[in-house]
Amino acid sequence: MSEKVLQIEDLKVSYGGIEAVRGISFDVNAGEIVTLIGANGAGKSSTLRTISGLVKPAGGKVIFEGADITAKDPTSIVSKGLMMVPEGRRIFPNLTVLENLRVGAYLRKDDLEADIEAVYGYFPRLKERSWQEGGTLSGGEQQMLAVGRALMGRPKLLMMDEPSLGLAPIVVQEIFNIIRRINDAGTTVLLIEQNANMALHVAHRAYVIENGKIAMEGTGAELLEDEKVRAAYLGSASK
Amino acid sequence: MEYVISVLLSGISVGGQYALIAIGYTLVYGILRLINFAHGDVFMVAGLMGIYFTATLPVTASVPLVIFLTVVLGFTIERAAYKPLRGAPRMSVMISAIGVSYLLQNTATYVTGGQPMTYPVIPFLSDTVNVAGTQTKWVVIITPFLVLILVFALSLLIGRTKVGMAMRAVSKDFETSRLMGIKINSVISVTFIIGSALAAVGSVLFFTNYPAITPTAGAMPGLKAFVAAVFGGIGSIPGAVIGAFLIGICETIIKGLPSSWDVSVFSDAFTFALLIIILIFKPQGLFGEAATDKV
Repeated sequence: MSEKVLQIEDLKVSYGGIEAVRGISFDVNAGEIVTLIGANGAGKSSTLRTISGLVKPAGGKVIFEGADITAKDPTSIVSKGLMMVPEGRRIFPNLTVLENLRVGAYLRKDDLEADIEAVYGYFPRLKERSWQEGGTLSGGEQQMLAVGRALMGRPKLLMMDEPSLGLAPIVVQEIFNIIRRINDAGTTVLLIEQNANMALHVAHRAYVIENGKIAMEGTGAELLEDEKVRAAYLGSASK
Repeated sequence: MEYVISVLLSGISVGGQYALIAIGYTLVYGILRLINFAHGDVFMVAGLMGIYFTATLPVTASVPLVIFLTVVLGFTIERAAYKPLRGAPRMSVMISAIGVSYLLQNTATYVTGGQPMTYPVIPFLSDTVNVAGTQTKWVVIITPFLVLILVFALSLLIGRTKVGMAMRAVSKDFETSRLMGIKINSVISVTFIIGSALAAVGSVLFFTNYPAITPTAGAMPGLKAFVAAVFGGIGSIPGAVIGAFLIGICETIIKGLPSSWDVSVFSDAFTFALLIIILIFKPQGLFGEAATDKV
């Protein structure tokens, strides 16, 4: 069994008395791509937002590389090597592409040039647009920038919230190829997706979240074959 | 002709002093979307500190001390009166700002006994100089240059440094900035520190040219600087500076019109009428961004 990067134990998240996450537990091992799939409102985003420190949990534990980071502030969580690509990309529209990348490395004090080149290697289009303001990029380019920005923090665990949201199928394909390449290069990935088909194809392991609880778990391939998953998340036609 | 030059000179100078205050409004608004109503009173307190310190200390020591303590004041106001309300509706923070404004005015009344306090003569700044045949004080000549240098330094800070980049990021998106590891509260403190420091410099320049400070002496310049910031497009630093120079010049021109016309008393009303007219035609101000945040 490989080393656990992230362990979630009985995590509960409430918003004004409404329980969005009702006691979920899962782990992410070093080198894996793990995905949480589920319908809109199942509690996936709440889970990620809690791990990253934006939301305080109502109960449970978040353990990152053996250390309890439950309810720590985002700055200290980022400094431990946990970066998030937020839902809807959220690039800084008034910063240039290059500045967006630099801001991703905000807590780093060392030289960034090699990392910037590495990101441009993944996304050559960002290099061409280096001096453009982030707000002028297309949706797909903004998603690339959001991923590149998170990579600049040299994450040990990269969390992505719905990277395919609102993108053209060909761009989604491109983003998922990059996720695989980033993972091959050694970064552990926790991915949240409504696009279950893409997510299960790329993931080593997956958890299905329903109504704030883990309903099912298995390898990506297993869940792709599962009748219930296929009916609920993949549509009958897909195989 | 000499009269025109002297009016223009003093207009530019007053405008520059407004600009130093206006930057404080516009910076804070750009990040917190808060009109910091206490800012004009911070400016007044800086003026009073200048009076008290120069009574016992040499100018070279008291001016830096005034700047330092004004910065401490601005920082403390933010931590004590605004930070606890970070999640509250904007209106609540604004009311807190109004509260701080009165607290500062009342404290000033308590300390000074409500008497107008005479601002000290600052060597060199208060000395007279002859420019194009008109007599004026050095402060009038120096102000616009000092303002330009400070604005240039500020734009380098915001455009070229890491903390400036963080300020721009935070001004657009608190939550994502936190996900980058930026400490929002530190960035907000930095904006209050910069704004207060500039207001302190402004107070030395402004009050050198004015006879006395009362506890409400910050209200009018503060309000005009605020008007300048809105006029230029609140949130925009070049907008605030240009707005401030325009308002200073217009105001001085009206005050300088022949006394037989009897309009000089309306100079403040004119300033605000100008604001209304600009806002009718350009609601976002000269350099303001259109209010479309969501894509």
